[in-house]
Amino acid sequence: MALLEVENLQTHFRAPDGINRAVDGVNFHVNAGETVAIVGESGCGKSVTAMSILRLIPEPPGKIAGSIRFNGRDLLKCSDREMRAIRGNEISMIFQEPMTSLNPVLTVGRQIGETLRLHQGMSAQQAEARAVEMLKLVGIPEPERRVREYPHQLSGGMRQRVMIAIALACNPKLLIADEPTTALDVTIQAQILDLMRDLKRTVGAAIVIITHDLGVVAEVAERVIVMYAGRKVEEASVEKLFRNPRHPYTQGLLGSMPKLGSSLTGEETRLQEIPGLVPSLKRKLEGCVFASRCSHTTDLCRKVAPALEEKADGHIAACHYAMKEAVAA
Amino acid sequence: MFAYVVRRVLATIPVMAVVALFVFSLLYIAPGDPAAVIAGDQATPEDVERIRQSLGLDRPYLVRFGAWVFDILRGDLGVSIFTNLPVVTMIKQRIEPTLSLMLVTLILAVSIAIPMGVVAAWKVGTWIDRSVMGFAVLGFSVPVFVVGYLLAYVFALELDWLPVQGYTSFSEGLWPWFENLILPAIALGSVYIALIARITRATMLEVLQQDYIRTARAKGAGQTSILFLHALKNAAVPIVTVIGIGIALLIGGAVVTESVFAIPGLGRLTVDAILRRDYPVIQGVVLLFSFVYVLVNLAIDLLYTLFDPRIRY
Repeated sequence: MALLEVENLQTHFRAPDGINRAVDGVNFHVNAGETVAIVGESGCGKSVTAMSILRLIPEPPGKIAGSIRFNGRDLLKCSDREMRAIRGNEISMIFQEPMTSLNPVLTVGRQIGETLRLHQGMSAQQAEARAVEMLKLVGIPEPERRVREYPHQLSGGMRQRVMIAIALACNPKLLIADEPTTALDVTIQAQILDLMRDLKRTVGAAIVIITHDLGVVAEVAERVIVMYAGRKVEEASVEKLFRNPRHPYTQGLLGSMPKLGSSLTGEETRLQEIPGLVPSLKRKLEGCVFASRCSHTTDLCRKVAPALEEKADGHIAACHYAMKEAVAA
Repeated sequence: MFAYVVRRVLATIPVMAVVALFVFSLLYIAPGDPAAVIAGDQATPEDVERIRQSLGLDRPYLVRFGAWVFDILRGDLGVSIFTNLPVVTMIKQRIEPTLSLMLVTLILAVSIAIPMGVVAAWKVGTWIDRSVMGFAVLGFSVPVFVVGYLLAYVFALELDWLPVQGYTSFSEGLWPWFENLILPAIALGSVYIALIARITRATMLEVLQQDYIRTARAKGAGQTSILFLHALKNAAVPIVTVIGIGIALLIGGAVVTESVFAIPGLGRLTVDAILRRDYPVIQGVVLLFSFVYVLVNLAIDLLYTLFDPRIRY
């Protein structure tokens, strides 16, 4: 049994002009100790998927349907109290903006200690001592001094380390990282990714990493889920996906990635972009979600939505022509 | 921090000087002649002139102002024209009821208004939010004396739960003292409650949208902890500011409230003094109120550092 099994997840938001189907029927699973990346461009529903797992979507206007089984328990059927006991304890989360995700008026130690006091019943003193250990673990120098400092006294990279310390304080089984490096400098990004990889080994948590940065995916993930317009369009192991992307959208994503040094070797080529925009999620889409932007669109694509099919061993894609179009166009 | 406090205390001197000049001039310009009031209807112009001379009202403006300020600095606010008692003595006699009223109102208002605002922000858009806001509009728009008479009528006359009016000194026991202050404090506090509740709701609405609130949720923090620890502490600065500014409302309202509930405090003293054109008393009381206001707001500025570590003096 997988650690996390998401089945037919639908997260819809009621808006004044209709229903926004931010996530519309997504299935995936995460095994214990595995790192899975969810990629896609802005507005594809990847963050909403992450937030739905912890049920952090405000309801209303949001509505989560389907099933999210964690260790066999359906999180969507849990009471608020049961959910609170899971959040920060068995499943924890790191957010994109370390600058604004920490509470500015509470000390770092208090914020790390809060989860320990909530979930492990530690006293304030025990929690602070453990907070110092956690700061040491995430590589913050002078943890005894930093533990009494406030977020504004730390740099962006250090704040993200503090967020990781908070997330890992209770040894969760699953860590959801929503664009954990997007707001950081490139050098700091690498440090944070290294840290996450190291900690994953020591803590043994499974990681779901949400990102639009394929470089990050190649760096940390074992399996990749590509999302587009609220659906999963492709899923494969990292090697397979990078070597042989099946879905035209994934091919587009990979094609739009700059290659280091390409301008120096004389093969200066224009980066390929994906034309057009993500379709509005307010209308029920007919046919393939990517049809309006795909260069291979046929009448079949516009009328019939392609099912997710296993195109090769462990390689799933939703495209009518994925078999034939195995190589990037 | 210490240097800041010294600087702020020193900065109150020019403020108080301007207040003093204003208070002094206001009564100088105001129509009505205290000499004529004291002399009564039957007096001849000569009698009035004699009284005016004995009060020193015939001396030039600046001379009178200088002498007045000099006396104040020695702790002498002058002698009441009407009772011939030193103003300082009269204020001392009347200060306890007013301070009690303001203190009880402050505590009552803060402990009602902040939870109201917090809950309204939490339940935004629901009937709870709408009734809190409706109550706030009511609190703003109904005058203190109307609220006062209504409360007195319902809770004192009809239900007979609380005394209709009057004041019992604190030295005679906590309950008798408090019992007499409940209705006046609610009447005086209604505008204040409305003000604090509204600012609390508005600030909390903004704070609850912040990323760190989502972080707190993701950690498994309970609703109470999210509202009253994570959010309220971040919302504290604007709320505390309004509480400080609102002290002015209490001072103004105390005058009316004390009249409605027959509380022998500074407000009544002020009203009586104005009606009798008892210049030294009016000046003394206004100066005292201004001084209290300036001090309260200094205290509030210092309180900021307690709530927000990013503020440093």
